[in-house]
This record gives sequence, structure tokens and C-alpha cells, in this order.
Amino acid sequence: MEYLEFELPIKELEEKLQQTLAIGQESDVDVSATIKQIEKKLKATRKDIYANLTAWQRVQMSRHPSRPYTLDYIKAICGDTWLELHGDRNVKDDKAMIGGLGKIGEQSFMFIGQQKGFNTKTRQYRNFGMANPEGYRKALRLMKSAEKFGVPVVALVDTPGAYPGLEAEERGQGEAIARNILEMTRLKVPIIVMIIGEGASGGALGIGVGDKVVMLENTWYSVISPESCSSILWRSWEYKEKAADALKLTSTDMKKLKLVDEILREPQGGAHKDRETIFKSVADCILRQYDDLKDLDSKELVDSRMDKYANMGVYKG
Amino acid sequence: MAWFKRDKKGITTPTEAKKDTPRGLWYKSPTGKVVDTDQLKNNFYVSPEDGYHVRIGSNEYFEILFDNNEFKELNPNIVSKDPLKFEDTKKYTDRVEAAQKKTGLKDAVRTAVGKSKGNDLVVACMDFAFIGGSMGSVVGEKIARAADYSLKNNIPFMIISKSGGARMMEAALSLMQLAKTSAKLAQLSDAGIPYVSLCTDPTTGGTTASFAMLGDINIGEPGALIAFAGPRVVRDTTGKELPEGFQTAEFLLEKGFLDFICPRHELKDKVNLYLNLILNRKVEISA
Repeated sequence: MEYLEFELPIKELEEKLQQTLAIGQESDVDVSATIKQIEKKLKATRKDIYANLTAWQRVQMSRHPSRPYTLDYIKAICGDTWLELHGDRNVKDDKAMIGGLGKIGEQSFMFIGQQKGFNTKTRQYRNFGMANPEGYRKALRLMKSAEKFGVPVVALVDTPGAYPGLEAEERGQGEAIARNILEMTRLKVPIIVMIIGEGASGGALGIGVGDKVVMLENTWYSVISPESCSSILWRSWEYKEKAADALKLTSTDMKKLKLVDEILREPQGGAHKDRETIFKSVADCILRQYDDLKDLDSKELVDSRMDKYANMGVYKG
Repeated sequence: MAWFKRDKKGITTPTEAKKDTPRGLWYKSPTGKVVDTDQLKNNFYVSPEDGYHVRIGSNEYFEILFDNNEFKELNPNIVSKDPLKFEDTKKYTDRVEAAQKKTGLKDAVRTAVGKSKGNDLVVACMDFAFIGGSMGSVVGEKIARAADYSLKNNIPFMIISKSGGARMMEAALSLMQLAKTSAKLAQLSDAGIPYVSLCTDPTTGGTTASFAMLGDINIGEPGALIAFAGPRVVRDTTGKELPEGFQTAEFLLEKGFLDFICPRHELKDKVNLYLNLILNRKVEISA
């Protein structure tokens, strides 16, 4: 298990606990009291650290290398009913954007989502979860197919941004995202969006317009990453913590701003600390959200989605 | 000193006692792997050592897809006319007749309805053995009528493409079959009936430029050639060497035109899994 910088006190205590346990096993010394003491301290430390995470620490959590990614969720939730579908029918099959059909219980869903890699090789293969225009077009193709057959859509968002590449621009990165946003506002089937990691700007919103938008507790969603914000506004990457605070990008802030509908609690220490639990909560959450939407006819659904986005924004006069 | 010594000179076995190896007992794949034909048949006509997918026809695909090989063939008696009185090295009518005789088929597609894993499915399957699986009026009409059957009875539709393209001997009549079949698929699409396209070796020319690429999902068979203009034409026109794997199913998957590649032994399961998912039917997962 990898530890983030602010988790080091926990790491220290956990190591101490292991050492003490080893001493207890190897010698006759009674260590039970010490163990109890360390465990108690460990519990308190964990609680203290995880209950008071700063915005920047949440950003770090959302990028934790052990954090489950889109396909981890889908495969765990759908099991053998998962059928991955590929390609935009135009240019390429974008490996940074995945999609396909699967069941949760008795209900079929069309899943789309950005996919990150878990080691150097797969990170490159997945382009670090940064989709090209063909990724967004693949997602749209699948959403339109879902609409045609009345299958609800689930979007799992986890991206450091849409890929800022030369060819991406040539093929119309902006157009692709714009098209998706427009089509998603009027798609005639329920759309449930789950922010499971990073929700970076247009790259996230390109698959992120939904009837219900849920953020996992330790994720971020904003118009720019704190690093880039810092470098643009402070002209240095050094102010990322400050930028993270200023952007109000955590799940709590986003809920307060009424830009997302729900925060889904993660296991203590983050989604990666207990994968089974978070997989189950995500599956339950999707079903619960779908339950609220399934009886609406397509007009009601689209109307209320349009209203929802029409009401976003804060202004005077 | 030799290890063996030949006592009698020459061949002494009389001609009538000669043992012949019956034809078709073995199959040799392009990579040189030799397989017993029975074994090949039991392995979905896939060479077990190198995974080579041997070209098969409608008989075999129907057997693979339909439960207990039970199906009802649709419009089996439509046959071709010779509206243009076409003649190349051979008269078109003679060519058709020869093909019918050789293959026992009426034309390059057969259409059928039956149960696949217990669910209704209409399948149109092309036969490459019949004039290169070329599409003329008969192929177009049979596919159109099969689509109509799907539409009328609300049954998912599948086309298995295996074709050199439109049939030259019916000229522009063949060309318009692209529009005719596509129009039918548009009707299916509007009615919300799923259409699955399976591209097998080879899927080229007019089939690629119509129904083969229009599936709600497009599936490829491993290694299949899938192209509009075939590799020879592209090479001759451009004067360029083609990249390795150009126009294979794998190439098309990478370029975004196939939803997935499916080995033949998984075909029935995968097609049904897709249909069950997209139609929100129950999915039975066998352990």
C-alpha cells in the first residue's frame, strides 16, 4: 500500500504495530497492552487525518495510485454480463474512453467512462485517462445506441482532462465535447453520472451531463486542475494547495453549490482501502438513482434535465 | 552399411490393392498446420493449433447459431434472372447454373429464422462459394425480405457477410442493392429492432459499403479481411506497400469500426449476450 505524505503518521503507527506484534510472537514478552495502546492511537490518528482532509489532500486522494478505476468498478459490478464495445466508427478506438453493456441485477445499463492505467505501460496505453475526440465520439455513439433501445446510461468520470494534443485539435476536440454535452442534455434515457476520481473540466463534462450527478467523497470536479490554475493565476505551480481551496472543487463544496446531487461516502482512508465496499456502494447508488428516474417518460426526463442545467449559475440582477 | 536393405526391387503391390487416402481427410491451414477434418468440424472449423478460421458457409453458420440446427429457411426459391444478357468469358446464366450445380445453393445468401439460445433470431448468411458471395438482385431481395420478417415479427436480425462485393453481371442493379438493403436496415433501426453484423473473411466492396458496416454492433472474425477496396487494388492504385495487417479485422477494431472480434466458438454466446443486454432480457451466465 502506498502512503500519501499526510498519511505518514498512520504509516509510522502501522509499522510500529507490526513490529510489536513480531516481538510478541518471537519472545515471551507480553505486548498486549502496548498493542492495545498503539491500536487506539492508530484509530484516533486515522480519524483525525481523514476527517480533516484539505482540498489539496482530497485531490491527492482522487489520484491515489491504488484507487480503483472505471473498469475495476464495472467488472466488479457487472461480472460476466459485461460486454465491452469499441470504436467511434470513424477514426479509432480510443483506449482512454471505454464503453459497453452490463447488468446490475436485472437491469441493463450502457456504461461509458474514462480509463486510467495502473502501471507505466497501461498508463501510456490508456493515455493517462485523457481521451481524444474519437473517445468522446465513441461515448456518444454508445449513448445514442442506448437511447435507441431505451437502455439507461451510466457515466463514470475519472480524467485529468481531455487530451491537449495536436491531432486532437485537428480532429476537433472542442467540437466533440460540445456535441456530447448538447446531445446529453436531450438524450431520451436516464443518465447517471458518477465522479469516481478526477473531474477535470470539459474533459469530464463531455460525458458528465446527467439527471443525477454523484461525487464520491474523495474526488474533485472543477473547471481546471489546481496545478494549472496555480500556474495561470499565480504564475507558479507552487500555489496548488491555495488554488485547490479557492476552486471549491471538493465533493462537499460542489454539493453546496448545487452542481452535484449527492456525495457518496468512501471507506475510511479512501476507495482503495476497501474495494469491495466501494464497489457495492456504487452499484447500490446507481440502482437507487435509477429507481428515481425509471418511471419518468422521456419528455419529463429531458425537461427536468434541461431545467436543472438552466438553473445553474449565480448572479445578481 | 545401410540400416535397411531392400530385398525386392520395384513396387509389387497390384493397383487394385493400393490404399488411397480419401480426399478431404486432412485440412492444411495457411500457416501450414495440418488438422483432421473431423477435428476441424468439431472445433467450429477453426484450426486448433493456429486459430485460423477456415471459410465456411451458411450450412455451418446456421448450425453454429441455431439451437439443435433447427431453423426455417425463408424464401429459399428466389433465383436470379439475366436482365442484362451478360456475357464475359461465360454467359451469366451458365455461370449461375454452374455455381448452383457446384454448391447445391440457389444463390449467394440464405436466410432463416430459428431459436438461438432459446430466443428468436433471423439470420442472413452469405455463401462465398457461390460466385464469390457476390450480391445481385437475389441477395438484395432475400436480405430485404428477411429484414421484413424481422420487422413484422419483432425479431432481432443478423447478417453474416462473406462477399467479394456487388455482382458485376447485374451491373447497376447490383449496386442498388446497397441502397435497398440499407433502406431496410433503416426501417429496422426506426422500429428499435437490433441488427448485428458479423464480418467474416472476406467482407469487401459493396457489402462493406452497406449492411456489413451498419450493425448496432459490428463483429469481426479473427483475421478476416474487411475492406472497401481490396488490398490489391489499393496497392496498385497508390503504388505503396501496405502496412502489415492492413484491412484485417484487428486493424478495423483499432480504427474504430468493429465493436469487438469474436472467435467462432464464442459467437453464439456473444451475440446472445449482446441481444439480451440491449433488449434488457435476462442474462444467464453459464459457469
